[in-house]
Order: sequence, then C-alpha cells, then structure tokens
Amino acid sequence: MQPVTSFSGKVVPLPVSDIDTDQIIPARFLKTIEKLGLGENLFNDWRYLPDGGPNPEFVLNQPRAAGGTILLAGDNFGCGSSREHAPWALLGFGFRAVISTSFADIFRNNCLKNGLLPVAVDEATLAELFEAASSDEGLELTVDLASQTLTLPSGRGVSFPIDDFSKQCLLEGGDQLSYIQQRMPAISAYESQSAEALNTLA
Amino acid sequence: MPRYAVKTARALIRDAPEPEAPAPAWARLELVRKPRTLYEKVWDSHVVTHEPGAPAVLYIDLHLVHEVTSPQAFQGLRDRGIKVRRPDRTQATMDHSIPTQNQALPIMDPIAAKQVQQLRINCREFDVPLADLGDESQGIVHVIGPELGLTRPGITVVCGDSHTSTHGAFGALAFGIGTTEVEHVLATQCLLQRRSKTCEVRFAGRVADGVVAKDLILALIAEIGIGGGTGQVLEYTGEAIRSLSMEGRMTVCNMSIEGGARAGMVAPDDTTYEFLADKPTVPRGAEWDAAVERWRRLPSDEGAVYDRTVEIDAAGLEPMITWGTNPGMGVRVSQPVPEPNGNPSVRKALDYMRLEPGKPLIGQPVDVVFIGSCTNSRMTDLRQAASLLQGRKVDPRVRMMVVPGSERIRAQAEAEGLADIFRAAGADWRQAGCSMCIAMNGDQLGSGQYCVSTSNRNFEGRQGKGGRTFLASPLTAAAAAVEGSVADPRRYL
Repeated sequence: MQPVTSFSGKVVPLPVSDIDTDQIIPARFLKTIEKLGLGENLFNDWRYLPDGGPNPEFVLNQPRAAGGTILLAGDNFGCGSSREHAPWALLGFGFRAVISTSFADIFRNNCLKNGLLPVAVDEATLAELFEAASSDEGLELTVDLASQTLTLPSGRGVSFPIDDFSKQCLLEGGDQLSYIQQRMPAISAYESQSAEALNTLA
Repeated sequence: MPRYAVKTARALIRDAPEPEAPAPAWARLELVRKPRTLYEKVWDSHVVTHEPGAPAVLYIDLHLVHEVTSPQAFQGLRDRGIKVRRPDRTQATMDHSIPTQNQALPIMDPIAAKQVQQLRINCREFDVPLADLGDESQGIVHVIGPELGLTRPGITVVCGDSHTSTHGAFGALAFGIGTTEVEHVLATQCLLQRRSKTCEVRFAGRVADGVVAKDLILALIAEIGIGGGTGQVLEYTGEAIRSLSMEGRMTVCNMSIEGGARAGMVAPDDTTYEFLADKPTVPRGAEWDAAVERWRRLPSDEGAVYDRTVEIDAAGLEPMITWGTNPGMGVRVSQPVPEPNGNPSVRKALDYMRLEPGKPLIGQPVDVVFIGSCTNSRMTDLRQAASLLQGRKVDPRVRMMVVPGSERIRAQAEAEGLADIFRAAGADWRQAGCSMCIAMNGDQLGSGQYCVSTSNRNFEGRQGKGGRTFLASPLTAAAAAVEGSVADPRRYL
C-alpha cells in the first residue's frame, strides 16, 4: 500500500443516502480473481444505460468527474456486503477519499486496509459541501491525514476521526499483517493454552 | 478520600504520574465479579494481546472460506511466501457463483468456472479442506458450518462474507471481513479488532401464528434502520427468541448485518446443545459433557450492562414484508405502501419499485418467488413453505424456485417428501447454493420483474439488474406463489 499523504482533489458529488455495496460494484463483477480492473464497473448500474452506453445523467459520466479524487456521498455509505471489491473499484476509478456522515463498519475497515480514506463529517458540514459542489463544478478540497483535517472552500478546517493505529499505518504505508506476525509467540502460547479444540480436517 | 479530590489534586501537578498503589483486595474481587455480557465473555477469552494504542489481536477459532472473496487473499500468501497457519481451523466451500442445476456438468460461465477452479487450486496448494461441488457437505457457507458442528458456542468465527453473523445464533462471536482480513486470518489465525458496543434486543412475548423468525428480524430493522446497529454487537433475548429453533435463531442473527450491526448473538441453551449433539465434528462422551458445562457459563450474567437496549413487542407482530430498496424499508404485510412525505430516499425507492404510495401491498402481482439463501434455506424454512404449498398450485404467472442451503438439506428434504410437494405445486427444486439471493450464477430476475424472496437484501439490482425484491418469510413467500401476488400467509393457517 502506498502511504497516504496530504492531497488536494476535485470533488464528485453523489447526494444519495445508504449507498450499498451492490450499487458500488454489482455482484456479477465479483467473479474476478484480481483486484485490478474494477474501476470501470464502479456504480455500473447507475452509470451505464441498458444498451451499455454511458448514462449522461450520472455524475461519473459528466465532465466534472474527470480527474475527481474525492467522492462526496450521503449518509451511511458502503452498507451491505463485505466485498473488498467496493474500495478496490473506488480506488480503481481514481478516488482517494470518500466524504460522508457515516460509513458501514466492514466497508470502513476495508477502506483503511487499502488506503482509501473514509472522511466522516457532521450533517451540517456535509450539507455545506453539497451546496458548494452544486455551485462550483470544479470544487477542490484538501485532505490532510496527519492533522486529520478536511479544509473547506471557506478555509474552515474540519477534523475527522480515525484511530491512531490505522492512521499510522496509512501514513507509513504500513502493513497490518506484519504487526500480527510479529506477535506470533503470543499467538502460539494462546493456541496451546486457551484455544477451543476444533478440527475441520476430521 | 473522594475520587474527584484525587483527580483535582493530580490535575494541579502537571504530568504527575498515576499513583501505582495496588488495588485493595475487595476492589480486585469486585473486578472479577463484574457481570459481563455474552459478547464480553467471548471477546475477553479470545484476546491474544492488546497493546496500548493498537487494536487487540483477536484469535479466530473458525475461518470459513468461499470462492468469491478468497482468491486475492490466497494470492497474497503466495506473494509473501507463507502458508495457511491452521488448515484445521479453515473450511472452504463453493456457493456464490455456482449453478444450482446440473452441478456435475462443467460450469458454462467461463469467468465463474475460473473462480471455482481457482478455489480448488488454492485449497490443494494450501491444504485447506474443501466441500467441493458433488461433496455431501457442500452448501452455503453459513449453512454448512453449523451443519458440520463446526459452529459452536463461545467461539469466534469469521468469513469473507457479511452474513457470517448467522453463526452468532450459537452464542459464537461471528462477523464478516474483507479479503485483506481473510489473508490475515489465513496467515496468522488472528485479526486486529476493536471491542464493539453492545445492544440488547429483547423480543418480548410469544409470536402469533403465521409470524416466524424472518418477521422478527425484519421488524427490528424497520425499527432501528439499516445503519441503526453500526458499531454494535446485538444480543437477542426474550421469550420469542428462546422459543425459536436453532434455524430460526440463525435467520435472526443472519440479518443483523442488515441493521448495520457487527454481529448478532443468542445465548446458548438446551435448544443449542440438542441441535449440536449429533453433528459430525462435535466432541463425544466426556469431552462433550465438559464442553456443555463450559457453554452453560456463556449467557450474559445477571446485572450485565449493555450500552443500549431495544425492545420489540413480539406478541404484537404480524408477517412483515419490505416495499423498498433496503431491508429497513419494511412494513406489516397488511399495511399500504408508505407515503414519501418529502423523504428523498423513500421517493427514490418507490420510483425504482414502481409502487404507488397509499396502495395496499397485498394484491401486488409478482413474477418470481424465491425460497433459499443463508437466511431461509434450512429444513424449518422448507417445511414451512411446503406446509402451505401442500395440495395447492403455484399460480401459473409465477416462476417459483426453491434452493436448499446445502446438499445435506437437499437430501433430507427429498427423503421427507418436501421436494415432491414443491415439484407437484409447480416449483423448480434445485441444488444447493446462494442462487438468486446474489444472482451471480445466472439465477436472476429480469429487468422490471417483481419477486417475493426469502433472502436478505432488496437493494436495487441485487437479484438481477432492474429486478424488484420484496423480502419476506418462507410462509409469506409461499402464499405469494399460490396467489400470484403479495399475500398474507395467515389466510392459509
């Protein structure tokens, strides 16, 4: 994973609440055994018409989405399935952060493992952002992970929550698996003393 | 000295270290005796290490694997040159992208065929046991875990699948994870986790006839909303839960994730032990007795404190059905389609569903009825549907599919004569798999079709692009099949 640093990017607004992972990437695209290539099917069924052509009404097909790196979405983003294909598809399109008022647990977790930043803000801030995005198609925002700050067009800084451990991993591009692996002696000790006997090979 | 005085004094001396006097004996006793919830007991007993500033390293007793969310994780192991640490705690099966008929023949969809083949290759290379197509243990991952006796009280269970919450029905802590975490568990048998908040969901009273497990959980999600359980582990309590079969409890726990919850749990009791007693992999003899003795200590202690409590009047419930595009958009089947009242989400959902506000749902024509999925594909579910269909016919306008959750269930349902009842009624009886719940395998709705489905998600396009889903119980689904439209199953009791 590449380290996540401070960045400024164009905002793509999608003012819909409860966007589920089936909308982010429909299940029929989960037959892949790769992580790459999912960006072109991001929001597939909203993005393409029945004949396969782009739906001009959908924001990802509008000029403002070109080069967009920050998705602005309604409350409870990413609910539904555990498919990590959802953050893979968002990253594949070029997004580096998603702003919403809240994120579903598994989706949020998956984002943090892949360097896609879930930026949770309060309702008033989200409304302010949607308003700014509707009056300025070229709206850009700055996200700074180190200070956990989203800078609004007004210049006001809004802080967003992230746990210290995930933050450190993102800043360093660090690998959570190696953290667990370094605790192998404790894991072995636990296994020999406490673990429930269970055998799938039996 | 009162506590606040100590705090004030320390606040005046900046950076003064915390006094390190050992706690008096009574305080330590107090700590030991602090009543704990079921979740807290399972959590505490699985923390390998918990270092300051980091999440806990949580031990995972059972890791279930399927073809869709595992290939990239196995590839990760290959890239790092590491093995699966505990193949004996890992169980794989095929369920999501497989056909539900002619399973012995080659899979027609080349991409699905490749994914299924990749799981075979991965399981062989990493020594992971696989319940492959044609195997007597094959089936939906959340059906076979309990069926094999692998899902047990007090253990931790994960799978790259959000409906892993199903296994909480046994008093296990079970939750869905992403593919990166699948790799973590394959490599270390552990996960980095933070303790969740707890929420008691008490279903008071006994349900009326015609009201089943699915109605309980749809009523809860309609109450708390699809994000209402975010960050929480739900524990289901109350008479209506105690009187459910294990299969009913699995239905309830299965859809915990549809309320946004991390997991759902039911404390184990005699119903649990009776269910497990004859399962293939459980301990026998004195070991079994010792296990039950341990499991009896799992239920939440009297006086244990939950972060939140939700109470649902189970006795007052009626059969439930969803009208919209998420599982929280549910009403009693006898109620009309709700008015948007300026709510853009309701408006958007009704536009997609092409339903008119204020119109009754009963009588709304349906094209397809689907009975199956990890929510409702077990023997109890099939028996409920068959009891309503016996001696009746599926309306000729309806295509009805019944997909058992596992090969064992298929065999048992055939032996009991249920499959004959379904076939005689005009339904299509299939082989085990996820099928039209996720519509990855060709079992899907056509654009614009309406379906009453016993599955767990009614998201736009979930059962096929443009398809429109009404979630309901097996009884309500069977009643719709007979009438050719949304129907109240209580007419048939």
